[in-house]
Amino acid sequence: MQIPPILSAPLHMIPIPLIERICRLMFGRIAKAHPGLFERLDEHREKRFAFLPTDLPLAFVVVPGRQEISVLRKPVDVVADCVTEAPLFLLLALMEGRCDADALFFSRDLSVTGDMEAMLAMRNALDASNIDLQKDLAKLAGPFAPIARRVIGEVRDRALKDQMRPAGEAAAWN
Amino acid sequence: MELICPAGTPAAFHEAVDAGADAVYCGFRDETNARNFPGLNFSREELKQSIAYAKSRGTQTFVALNTFMRAGAEEIWYKGAADAVASGADALILADFGLMAHVAERYPQQRLHVSVQASASNPDAINFLVDAFNAQRVVLPRTLTIADIARIGKNIRCEMEVFVFGGLCVMAEGRCSLSSYATGKSPNMNGVCSPASHVRYRKDGGELVSELGEFTINRFPAGEAAGYPTLCKGRFDIADSNGYAFEDPVSLDVMGELEALKAAGVKALKIEGRQRGKAYVAEVVSTMKAALNSPPERRAPLLARLRSMSEGQKTTSGAYEKRWR
Repeated sequence: MQIPPILSAPLHMIPIPLIERICRLMFGRIAKAHPGLFERLDEHREKRFAFLPTDLPLAFVVVPGRQEISVLRKPVDVVADCVTEAPLFLLLALMEGRCDADALFFSRDLSVTGDMEAMLAMRNALDASNIDLQKDLAKLAGPFAPIARRVIGEVRDRALKDQMRPAGEAAAWN
Repeated sequence: MELICPAGTPAAFHEAVDAGADAVYCGFRDETNARNFPGLNFSREELKQSIAYAKSRGTQTFVALNTFMRAGAEEIWYKGAADAVASGADALILADFGLMAHVAERYPQQRLHVSVQASASNPDAINFLVDAFNAQRVVLPRTLTIADIARIGKNIRCEMEVFVFGGLCVMAEGRCSLSSYATGKSPNMNGVCSPASHVRYRKDGGELVSELGEFTINRFPAGEAAGYPTLCKGRFDIADSNGYAFEDPVSLDVMGELEALKAAGVKALKIEGRQRGKAYVAEVVSTMKAALNSPPERRAPLLARLRSMSEGQKTTSGAYEKRWR
């Protein structure tokens, strides 16, 4: 599932510091809900992980050990140890461990470059963490938390359903 | 037949148990484990908790200590065995004869399985391990035909476990030196085949280029399904041709041969994939469990949906049905 340009277009106008502030708030909330989140990163904790949603005009760079997240506007030459590119909903599904990264790599829906040890450690740390964005982030909406929970849940269900390929598209080799 | 399922993290372990695994296999976060990948595997405490969860659901846990001990550093493996036994592991999966001897002597009640990494692939080798170390099960390599398995089964004094789904290693496991040749690290000694530290992906025009050490493993044109960066599944220039020298990027699936495997005397069916995510484990284990409980004619449609999750998005019965070139 791709974010349609009509929905991503306003992001060209919103000031980066505002987007960054929201992202930091969300990152902080997730880190608080999952205190052991980056324990599996070991020596890769201080590395720069870039995530480039292919359907957004933005790039995100995370330094887990410092709980630091920065947002950049595309086009940009990202300075990072490793870079992951995929549609936003797939990146979020990977964060929750709802999709298998290897399968997305095989199907070419996901591309990775740079330090593969760091990237693999990040993938495994996220997969082990039991992040649930619906549960973890809805609280940020304060009194509107129940509505936020429902909306996040519905969008997620639709995105995951979309990702399931029809059987028979892949082949038996012999 | 039992279904033996992989887990690289406690989250994947829970998924495997909940999806109906008869046993889950896993390992410690160190070099005792042939899947010693960054961020993967279990701490001592995680293993204890996972085993307790498995026991509460009637599922067994097998702990893989399936690399070869480094001379002078044997204590790492001995400690791993001691901790796995103390945690209540139902079986230890071992490759090193020295470690088998240690476990057989120190923990005679502990069930011992021979890892595929031990390269025990004929009745003499297997029976030696049964007699010497009281091995109760052998995991056979993916290089045998079903007829070979049946012949072995008639002549050994332990149970047989075979891989039926997931990554396809086409080499003499435990003795393969391709990864060592390219990177200096191997699954046998370091627990890593094509270590991530030596893997590089780059884009070249529309192509995805995968490299291992100084070797280009493959160039995937836009739209072509990709595979792991292993030398055994690389596409190379050989004389005047360009192609796969050993094997294509493809996964194993012999679930269509369940009846034949059962007739051959196979006791347990193993799913490869401790390095895969919990979503993969949940999907594969639940589908395989459903396939096992279905009549043969209903299995193929159930299993077809797993192909899109497989390496190269293709599956093969590999050596089990030796029909390839």
